[in-house]
This record gives sequence, C-alpha cells and structure tokens, in this order.
Amino acid sequence: MAAWGFALIQSLLYLALAPLLVGWVHKVKARLQNRRGAPIWQPYRDLYKLFAKEARMAHTASLLFRAAPYIVFVATWLAAAAIPLLSTDLPTAAMADVIVIAGLLGLARFFLALAGMDVGTAFGGMGASREMFVSALAEPAMLMAVFTLAMTAHSTNLASVVEYQLLGEPFLRPSYLFALAALVLVAIAETGRIPVDNPSTHLELTMIHEAMILEYSGRHLALMEWAAQLKLLLYAALLVNVFLPWGIAQSIRPDMLGMAFVLLVVKLALLGVALAVSETVLAKMRLFRVPAFLNLALLLALLGLMSHVILEVGS
Amino acid sequence: MNRFDWLPGFITLLAEERVAILHSDPILLAPAHCLHLDAEDWGRAARVASASGYRWAGLWGDPVDEQVRIYAVLAHEGDYLVLMTEVPLQAPVLASHTPYFPAADRLERHLHDLLGVDFQDHPDARRWTRHCAWPEDVYPLRSDFPVGGDSPKRAPADVDYPFERILGNGVYEIPVGPVHAGIIEPGHFRFQAVGEQVLRLEARLGYTHKGIEKIAVGRDASGLARLAGRVSGDSTVAHAWAACMAMERAAGVDVPPRALHLRALLAECERIANHLGDIGGICNDVGFAFAHQQFGRLREQWLRGNLAIFGHRLLMDVIVPGGVCRDLPEQWESIIKPQLSTLSRALDDLLAIIDDHSSLEDRLVDTGFLTAELAQMLGVTGYVGKASGQDFDVRRDHGYAPYDGLEVHSPCRTQGDVAARLQIRADEIRDSLNLINRLIQSLPAGPIAVDWPQSVRSSEGLAVVEGWRGEITSFVRFDEDGRVARFFPRDPSWFSLPALEHLVLGNIVPDFPVCNKSVNISYSGQDL
Repeated sequence: MAAWGFALIQSLLYLALAPLLVGWVHKVKARLQNRRGAPIWQPYRDLYKLFAKEARMAHTASLLFRAAPYIVFVATWLAAAAIPLLSTDLPTAAMADVIVIAGLLGLARFFLALAGMDVGTAFGGMGASREMFVSALAEPAMLMAVFTLAMTAHSTNLASVVEYQLLGEPFLRPSYLFALAALVLVAIAETGRIPVDNPSTHLELTMIHEAMILEYSGRHLALMEWAAQLKLLLYAALLVNVFLPWGIAQSIRPDMLGMAFVLLVVKLALLGVALAVSETVLAKMRLFRVPAFLNLALLLALLGLMSHVILEVGS
Repeated sequence: MNRFDWLPGFITLLAEERVAILHSDPILLAPAHCLHLDAEDWGRAARVASASGYRWAGLWGDPVDEQVRIYAVLAHEGDYLVLMTEVPLQAPVLASHTPYFPAADRLERHLHDLLGVDFQDHPDARRWTRHCAWPEDVYPLRSDFPVGGDSPKRAPADVDYPFERILGNGVYEIPVGPVHAGIIEPGHFRFQAVGEQVLRLEARLGYTHKGIEKIAVGRDASGLARLAGRVSGDSTVAHAWAACMAMERAAGVDVPPRALHLRALLAECERIANHLGDIGGICNDVGFAFAHQQFGRLREQWLRGNLAIFGHRLLMDVIVPGGVCRDLPEQWESIIKPQLSTLSRALDDLLAIIDDHSSLEDRLVDTGFLTAELAQMLGVTGYVGKASGQDFDVRRDHGYAPYDGLEVHSPCRTQGDVAARLQIRADEIRDSLNLINRLIQSLPAGPIAVDWPQSVRSSEGLAVVEGWRGEITSFVRFDEDGRVARFFPRDPSWFSLPALEHLVLGNIVPDFPVCNKSVNISYSGQDL
C-alpha cells in the first residue's frame, strides 16, 4: 500500500517538476545568448495564466478537439508514472513495461495529430503530417534501443533494467553506449527540440508540434503545453535513470529518497544544460534532413543490439 | 561614359518602329530625361525598350483636369528615361507594358485600382490594391473622391479574390496570413504545394493601404515630407529623402552641402540598423537564436546611438524640405566614433561565427535561389538584385549628392541564394561604416537648411535614391498654389515581391520563412 502511495506521489512529482525543467532549459539558453532571460518558474506562471483564461474553440471543432487535450495529458502522465524517478520500488513500473510506455506515448501522439487535423486549418494538418513523418521513424529506433537494454537485463520492465544496472555490472558496455546515443537522438526528435523542431518559433510554416496545437487556447492549451513538458521530463528521467542510475532509491526509505531526489535534480540540471548548449550551437535542420537524423538513431540502436549479441551474450 | 549616350540610339529605334516623339524634354524631370509619346505608341515604345534591355523602374498616373498623364520610368546605365503620355480621364485606355516587362504587372493593376486606367492586353485583370473597402467603379485618386475617403464604417472582408489554383493528385492549398503568429506586417500568402514542395506562391497585399497618394494631395512641402517618412516605417529616411529631393528639384531649391552630408549619414545609419536586424532575423528563422540575439543587441545599441545623435531612434522626420531639421549635437564625435569601432569589431566576430557555422550553411546555401536572368527581368534592385548578379547601386551609378563626391563601393555576388543575400547585407554594413567614416571626415560647415520658397508654382520633380532595400523613385507635382497635387513613392518591394514568388518555387514549405526574410519586402511601402 505504501508503495502505491509512493507511486502516486512520484507521479505528482513528475507534474510538479516538468515545468521547472523547461524553465531551467530556457534560463540556461538565455544565459548562453548573453540574455538575462525569464525566471525559471516562468512556465508555472504561464500554465497558471492559461488555466485562468477562457478556452476558445473554432466553429468547426468537434468533440474530439475538446477531448484531445485531456487524453494527451493523461496518456503522457500515465507513461511518465511508469518510469522510475526516485525509486525502483514502483508498482506502476511492474505493471507497465517499456512497450506499454511506448504505446501510451503513441496514443497521446495519435490524438494530438487527430486534434491538429480536426479543425481543418492548413497548419494543423501540416503539423500532423510532419509529426507522423517524424514519429514513424523515431518509434522503431526507440524500441530498438530499449530492446537492447531489455536483452541485457532480461526484462522489459524499466525498474528491473535500472536495478540490473545497479548490480555493479560494468557500465561501459558498448551496447549501452550505442543505445544511449540512439535514445538521445530519439528523445530530441520526440520532444520537438532543435534541430528537429523549434519549440519557441513563431513561424507557422516551420512548426511541427506547435502547428498541431495552434488552435488551442486557455485550459486546453495549458494541458497540451504541460503534456509536452511532461514528455521532456519523461525522456530526461529515462536517460538519466537508466544510464546513470546511481543514487536512485531501491526502496522507499525517506533518507534514500531524499538522497535520490537531490541527485536526480543535479542530473536533470546537467542534462538541461547539455540540451541548452546543443540548442544554442545548432540551427534547426531542414525538414527533409530529419530522416537521416533518425536513421542514424536506428542504426546506432541496431549496432547496440548487435554488439550485445556478439560481445556480451555468454561472456 | 557620358550620361545618356544611349538615348539617341533608342530614339532612332523608336523612329524605326514609327513611335512618334511629341516632345523630348531633358529639363522637366531632370536629371531624368522625359519623352512625351502619343498614347497609341505606348506599348510599342515598351517593346523597343524591352528589346534594348532597359530596366523598367516604375509607373504612375497623374490626373490633370480632364486628362490623365501616365509616366513610366526606364533605367539604363544609371540614367533614367521617363516615358510620358496622356489619355482622357473619361476613357483612360492604354496598352499594357506587362507583356514586355513582367515587372509592370502589379504597378499597372495598382494604377487601375486607384485611377481607373484600363491597361489593354494586361495578362492579369484581377484587382491588386483594392480590397472591398471601395466599390469596383470608384477610383480614389480621381478628384471627385473625397480626401477623407467615403469608405463604409466596416469594410467587407476581402474573401473572393480569385487565387490561381493548381489541381492535381495530392496538391493542396496553404493559406497563410494576413494575421501571422509573429508581429510582422499583414500580408496573405497562398501556397499550392504537393507534400512539402511549393509549386506556386501567390501573395496578396493591400492590408495596409493607407491612402498615402490621396492624403498627400493638398499638403505643403513639410507636410509631404512627414507623410513620405511614413510610407514604410523602416525606410523613413530613404522615402523622406526621395520625396524631399523630388520637391527640391520641382522647386529649384539648392540644398546646402552640410545638409546633404547629414542626409547621407542618416541614410547609411538606417541601412546599417535594418541590415543588422535582417541578418539576425534570417538566423532566427532557421532556429539559430544566438545570432538573432546578438544582432538584435547590436541593432539596439545602434538605435540608441541614433537617438543620441539625431534625436530619434528610427531617424523619423529629421529630413525636411530644403535640408535637415537638426544639426549634430556638440559631442557627436565622442558618440559616433566609439559606436563605429564597437560595431565593426563585434561584426567581425559574429560574421566569422556565421561563416563557420555548418548547420547554418546547410540551411542557407542553395535555399531560395534567384537566377540573374530572372532578377534582371523583374528589375530587382538592392540586396536581392545584388545577390543575383545585378551590379547596380543608385549611389554609385546615378551619382546624386553627396555620393557623387565619394567613391561608393557596392557589393555584388552571383550565387543568388539566401546565404548570398545575407552576405550582401554584411558587405553593405561594412561599406556603410566606411562611408560614414568618410562622410564625417569631409563634413562641410555651413547652414543645414534653406527656407522653402513661397513661389513654387505648377512644377514637378522626380527623385531616385538608394534606400536600404534598393532603388526608390519618388514623383511630386505642385499645383498652382504651391501645394502638392500628386505624390507617388515607388518602393523597391514592388519588384522584389514577384522575385520572392519565383525564388521560393521548388523549395519546401518550411523553408519559406527564411526565403521571405532574406527578401524582406515592405508591405506598407507598396500598399500605399
């Protein structure tokens, strides 16, 4: 029962931390551009503002358009809840393995794309088509990378994967490094960051994710934005906890959890800096270069899988 | 090379085509040469000019009593030739120049919408500047239309403009604007695309129509200068200078040398500020926010310098008829010199970063390619022309004061892509910094303005200046009371917009914003 209570707390922690990570990345980016930038809690203020605003709807919007923000938000949140954040003693992780997480994210994307097309504007349709184009290439790469981990740990349960990592097996396994590189590329594409998509652009014609939510306002927009922030935190947590798991609690003792929290914040902050640096030094790439980018991710994931089979199995 | 040594040859060619020259006038619109033609010969004259490879540089009409005078400007080797004819106001029918000069398309449609001149054989009979704020058979520039306008309180939406559509499997339309997600001028773009590839782009402007030509009527000289400074806010110096120069030529006013130097100083400051903003904007449109911020910072510092030296960040209303309205402040040298050295050092660093940046290069090189042939055919000037091999600069090739006394350098490249247009801007900033240095070294002493004469009567003048976007021509006619009877400013955007519609073809939809930014047309400048 305590475990379930903790799982609930951890999933709430996801909600609470997601805007902070985005605010942190914005802040570091601003600093790198010699700007002062907005305070790091600006995303909370934006969400608060949007929730207080009236939600306007296009005349052509159907029920789907209204329901999509809730579905997208809840599906993303459920996916996040199954990824260990502070502790591996997580009943949700035992119920939902990596394939379920990918499925939940796919569900969110499906409704996001449908909502983009629902109103019938050119931008929504364009964004939906580009999102599908990107995700069709990103999803196989992601699954392939995750299977590499699963083959090592003999489980598709993320908590088991993390625990297997903590057993003290040598960290510098080639398969893990390849899988890590692949997952980083997939995460950039999936969370709509530069160089694949530009979350801060005002140019309708270049947008992917933003184009789909262009028609949203008020609480609907807030939920969509929050879901996007959650997705960023979800991928960040996946990367830091699977590949750098040290410090994560293996039971729900307060002292271990406290330690885990501090280390998690440090790891996420460092990851945020890395993201901000890469977004500062890179320009957005041409849309038709994205397949090459994601093919590289798939290739790396395949190499990871093969190096696991060739080098690690049986040794 | 002497001025107009090509003109006798052209007149001979016109004679061979049986084009009657009623009057050849080197004085009326000096230094441009004016040829008064019979209306019957209008189209043939254009055919001869087109065959001779002249550049078509503008068109306007001027209703005088029961006649409409039509003027068309041709440019060749830095000289300007104005063709002029008259048609009756009751039945203003004239041959179109568009079949010979594609550049004439929208200016002829504009003239039709505002004055009712019917251009025969025009390939595109659709309205251009007129939306639905005034009815089809009403022509605002005619004298029976009130200056205050009589538009309804709420103009109907402009919904039935017939865009050309491409039909086919998988071809779809993308309407963009006039309201955009960013804070930019309102304009509508209609794409026909298949997948992500642009098959056709058609722009629809007119959302910022202000009635400039109509409300100019009846103004005095200083009132017109203020109005001209608002034709396009980012080109306020260039347009105000062009209008003042036209008025001064009409009135026979000699501007003191110090005022001319100060005007050139203003024009170069405006050029630098806008180019800085544009380079940052191009980088931002490909998601390279670092350069955007840095160029934004440089531009802001430059604008603050403008404020300290000229009293206005964007240099509005400094140029007045007869000179400029304020002299440099006492400590101007201590402000401008550090400005120049800071900018030139920062520019070296930033441009080096941009040059070396491979992911930026990947986006800018080969994007939005405009061939030299097309640039020439469309009569594109300024950075768009200079990036596509059109080596022309009014300051250097037409030589108006004070530039005629300075050696003006003008960059030219042949790559014709977004990267080249960015590079031309960088080159022009450096040239402008150089020019400013020489202008302040040779700044003459003396008065900064002369009084505007009271005796201006029924005269007209034409001026051509190099604004930061390219060549601006401005025409002014005074009536018998010395008030403005006609004003027509022609922004270079009239020609770079068609160029944009061509250079984006074959590119993918998400590359349009950066192509658009690299051309950066003024909507306001051509909506008038």
